[in-house]
Amino acid sequence: MRGYSGKLLEVDLTTGNIKENRISEGVFRQYIGGRGLAAKILWDRLGERWEEIDPLGPENILLMLTGPLTGFIPGGRICISGKSPQSNGMVGSTIAGEFPIELKCAGYDGIIFTGAAEKPSYLLIKDSDIELKDASHIWGKGAKETVLTLVSETRKEFENKYRGFGLWKEPSILYIGPSGEKLCRTAAVTAKWSHAAGYGGYGAVMGSKKLKAVVVKGTGPLPEVYDLEKTIEYANKIVQVMLNSDSFRRWGTGAAGYTIGAELSSEPVMNWQEEWHDERSYGVDKFELFWVKKFWGDFGCALTCLKLAVIKSGAFKGAITDNPDYENQAYLGTNLGIFDPQSNIYLTWLADELGFCGIQVGNALAFAAELYQRGILTRDDLGGIDLRWGDAKAFADLMQMIARREGIGDVLAEGTYRAALKISKVKGIDVTRYAVTVKGIAVGAHGIRSGKDYPHYVSYPCSVQGGDHTSVAYIPIDHLMGELGIILCDSAIACMFALFNPANWENLWALLEAVTGWKIMPDEWFNVMARRILHIQRAMLLLGGPDLKWNPKIHDSVPSRWYEPLLKGPYSGKALEEHKIREEIKEYYRLIGWDENGIPTSEELKRLGLEDVDRKMKILREQYGSG
Amino acid sequence: MSQSGPIWIYRNYLNCSGCRRCEIVCSLSHEGRIWPEASRVRIFMLVPGIEIPHLCVQCHDYPCVEACSVGALSTSKETGAVLVDKEKCIACGQCIEACPGKIPYIHPTDKYAVICDLCNGDPKCVKVCSEGGWNALQLIRGRVGYNSKLYAKTPEMITTEVMKVLFGEEIAELI
Repeated sequence: MRGYSGKLLEVDLTTGNIKENRISEGVFRQYIGGRGLAAKILWDRLGERWEEIDPLGPENILLMLTGPLTGFIPGGRICISGKSPQSNGMVGSTIAGEFPIELKCAGYDGIIFTGAAEKPSYLLIKDSDIELKDASHIWGKGAKETVLTLVSETRKEFENKYRGFGLWKEPSILYIGPSGEKLCRTAAVTAKWSHAAGYGGYGAVMGSKKLKAVVVKGTGPLPEVYDLEKTIEYANKIVQVMLNSDSFRRWGTGAAGYTIGAELSSEPVMNWQEEWHDERSYGVDKFELFWVKKFWGDFGCALTCLKLAVIKSGAFKGAITDNPDYENQAYLGTNLGIFDPQSNIYLTWLADELGFCGIQVGNALAFAAELYQRGILTRDDLGGIDLRWGDAKAFADLMQMIARREGIGDVLAEGTYRAALKISKVKGIDVTRYAVTVKGIAVGAHGIRSGKDYPHYVSYPCSVQGGDHTSVAYIPIDHLMGELGIILCDSAIACMFALFNPANWENLWALLEAVTGWKIMPDEWFNVMARRILHIQRAMLLLGGPDLKWNPKIHDSVPSRWYEPLLKGPYSGKALEEHKIREEIKEYYRLIGWDENGIPTSEELKRLGLEDVDRKMKILREQYGSG
Repeated sequence: MSQSGPIWIYRNYLNCSGCRRCEIVCSLSHEGRIWPEASRVRIFMLVPGIEIPHLCVQCHDYPCVEACSVGALSTSKETGAVLVDKEKCIACGQCIEACPGKIPYIHPTDKYAVICDLCNGDPKCVKVCSEGGWNALQLIRGRVGYNSKLYAKTPEMITTEVMKVLFGEEIAELI
């Protein structure tokens, strides 16, 4: 087996038992790694009782899985997964950094966490020396202190334990902030500063397992590849294409805070009441003034699209974060009515520090602000906060309350959709119409009303990862940037930014072959392999539970906000029409192998050897009256 | 293709993107594998955002060569690089102790001191760094004399200095 070590580490947090788990070449060949392998492991272990598994209970499984291309394709990434406390399905949430490189160099393709620790713990991996350690001293600490403490303690420990090697580099760390510890469903698994596996809410899963961090140092090489010369050749080809992406390299996604609003009119503004703005104060030229590092990247990346922003004076002094990237510019900026870079950098830093996903928590903050605007939530309800659009300080206070689960923060910590259900009940008004989410997941900052951005009608309603803008359903289905293609990126694992240029798609297949030795043709991927993974994810999403279950007839839909017309800008008046969306959803179901109710068909599942999934889907088909 | 005459790798820490492409090409070239922990240039990231390329500076007085008691270290007349004789090296760590920047380290499996050999005059790390336009590592031809040793500092020392510049003194102190 090439490109893999063939071993996963399995850690039972309840007993403290740690063992190695071998994965056969056949399983890797079918599911590749990352998101694909996560679907396989979760279904095998939890599928039978999926509806009963509490995502925040000890029965849930937390996965951190690399892929064969991790370390070989520019930009190291790892996929975090498990049963999602947001969608109750499974989300494959990838995060960049050197963590997956260190893990592979330590001899493991991934980690499976089961059970839950009794007291705050972290896992320390140094090659095959592995220890579950006490994390009481960093429990409750924010990002900065957690990272710096673990780096310095671990280096000291290595220097004492492995004498005579010289200076130790820092280990790599995945960790959670206070929000994850408090089981906020909007919490991310994070790395460095501002690196987050946000979608899915796996920060809360780590918190529920009392797992503060995973720290790893691997001193070996990356696994052997099938053809080293070709691996280098195709990796270099990918690098060359990336190096020619001048504008993206220069500004990263940080140029979009202005342009997506002004040009495409698909940027959330004040909880998506609008999707257009022309605020020049929010231009990349203004953000750039705060960048102290204009190219910042992770292992092997040729784009280095991150930009390190620091605020050195004024009310927000001390904020250090990336860029902020477009999603955070939108969700912790325009969507809160904020149009100045300093406020946005500050709120992004605060979200990092507390361990939140900027999209999920930003969506919940805006939702609360709209309820305040409409008089549904009062200042009293908000613990005295005057939550006006554009007031960064007020939003910061509310974010802190969410992280502490204090007052209204306890409700919003459940994420926008669950908070909407609760508030509707308490207030006796249906506020779910203001929740811009799909299947419990806040949608990414790319609207579809103007018709100018990349997502389209089926993108969010049919995604097996709900509102995840990085994993959108797409027609034609065999498009590399559609969900079946993205499953390859999330399984192999490749950064989708390396693949924006279609010139790199061919190189991706070739690199996969060079590393693994497997000749996987697009046809096999789109018709067999990716479908298997997609259907398993779809099955888990539809089974849902225990607190919420999605009915495709109702929940395979866009947020109801998008049926309201845009109010401003060149696409003013544009709104979505439900019948058109339903038509396209039907077409997507047909193409992808789902029946008229959106359930994977028996024929399709049997064709792919997923008889056990078919058995579970039979129950759903009966419930929903599938033909 | 090797250059004749001494060369030096200039490092501009403020420019380092942390992409670690230098570690990739270095370990591929010297070890035939991607192997960050056996790379002659190592990127230290003691504080995220402050990435420090750490590699031999070729001090004019070569304290590491002086300190080696088994004669495993010598200098290249061509490039000025410190050359390690893997057979003679006993991984005692005296060169590390003698280095003002604690730059050498012991190879993780083969137990000899790892020191940059300047790729025989054609350093691969510089190539990828220039190719990407980062220019954290740049090639300087000719002897740089006493200045080179100024760069022989520990990652901790360099991190503190760079952090003050990038974050500002007050914020750096908080970290």
